[in-house]
Amino acid sequence: MTNKTTSTVAVIDYGMGNLHSVAKALEHAADDTTKVIVTSDPALIDAADRVLLPGVGAIRDCVGEMHKQGLVPTIRKAMREKPFLAICVGIQSLMSHSEENKGVDCLGHFDGNALFFGENHKDNAGQKLKVPHMGWNQVNQTIDHPLWKDIDSGARFYFVHSYFVVPEHASEVAGTCEYGHEFCVALARDNVFAVQFHPEKSHKDGLQLYKNFIHWDGKP
Amino acid sequence: MGLAKRIIPCLDVDNGRVVKGVQFVDIRDAGDPVEVAKRYNDQGADEITFLDITASSDDRGTTIHMVEAIASEVFIPLTVGGGIRTCDDIRNMLNAGADKVSINTAAIFNPEFVKEAAERFGSQCIVVAIDAKKVSEEGETDRWEIFTHGGRKPTGIDAVEWAKKMVDLGAGEILLTSMDRDGMKNGFDLGVTRAISDAVHVPVIASGGVGNLQHLVDGVTEGKADAVLAASIFHFGEYSIQEAKETMQAAGIEMRL
Repeated sequence: MTNKTTSTVAVIDYGMGNLHSVAKALEHAADDTTKVIVTSDPALIDAADRVLLPGVGAIRDCVGEMHKQGLVPTIRKAMREKPFLAICVGIQSLMSHSEENKGVDCLGHFDGNALFFGENHKDNAGQKLKVPHMGWNQVNQTIDHPLWKDIDSGARFYFVHSYFVVPEHASEVAGTCEYGHEFCVALARDNVFAVQFHPEKSHKDGLQLYKNFIHWDGKP
Repeated sequence: MGLAKRIIPCLDVDNGRVVKGVQFVDIRDAGDPVEVAKRYNDQGADEITFLDITASSDDRGTTIHMVEAIASEVFIPLTVGGGIRTCDDIRNMLNAGADKVSINTAAIFNPEFVKEAAERFGSQCIVVAIDAKKVSEEGETDRWEIFTHGGRKPTGIDAVEWAKKMVDLGAGEILLTSMDRDGMKNGFDLGVTRAISDAVHVPVIASGGVGNLQHLVDGVTEGKADAVLAASIFHFGEYSIQEAKETMQAAGIEMRL
């Protein structure tokens, strides 16, 4: 049997560093007909069947590097055309604006902002909650979606973040989490899905989400 | 419903093998780090910490290869510590697949290193390890000091103040080891754990002294730790990660089961 590649997933590398975990987890979730490439080349991203936008570092550097590397038009094009998944800071980069780094304008694919939990974050009983929100929290699926296939609502995913997204349109929320208050951790519109957690660090359920992405046709 | 407390098995690695805690004289072999890490991943560990305790720094290359091997097969967060002194060390470990690095001695010699590292790589991947020992006498107000060289050398630095300073400089998490407990199996030093957890807004991992599962419970309920780290109770099959989680959950602690 020949080794036949039938689809390609491009992980966008905008020069901020380590995408090893994301690529390894995608490879682990993929079968041998799917090829995973880590690239900053617009032509390769254009040619890929699916595109994953990771988030690395603080928002100013993250969005800044996307612009500096000339990748913003490529990212927008992919979001119009093919199954597209953004993870961790990637979800924040798709909002209109983030409070981080004294305020940064983002790509604006989703209306709404990324806000800071605050250093005096508390639960309803007044107990101090640590920031960053770091560790395994339960994700409640608020819609049915192909990316949630074979994952229980309430399954735990690994998070590490201090900012959270507040979308303007409730219809775009695909999942929520509770940490002092309820907040959005997954957004979905057409062929774009975005999550605040790290699927590549979320053991079986994270790998399942990547597997679902690899098989997703981009329809909600 | 909410964020779960974490259980973190720790691999103390010397010359490419997992060994028992640093404090032990009769070093007992606990296996190949990659195999051990995979086993904990399968058992449901929430994270894994890899501490390179090799005395000489000649073998950093070996560590990088092991971190790469673990990161290719283990899809939970991985922290690497031991001998992290420069931003190049951090970059190498992150590129090898570590999610966080733990800085210990280098922070004491040069606190600005923590700031530089946090600015360059983000606070989320900078863990500052603090080795503390109680220095107050019976009857005095509790006071803990930072020690170096495996708990042998006092520094005169107050542990709680130090933790606050490290967080101000950009540490995203504190790994607190009570040195007088490490390897003693009589439980965490709950006083210093709680004092530091109350003093900072970032998560605190309690370490040093776990001998049974109740100690893990106490670390969270009384020590207010966000995560508990243990080595030998898991390495030799005394308890499984799953048993530990069930015990903690039964004590009313939210866990990922």
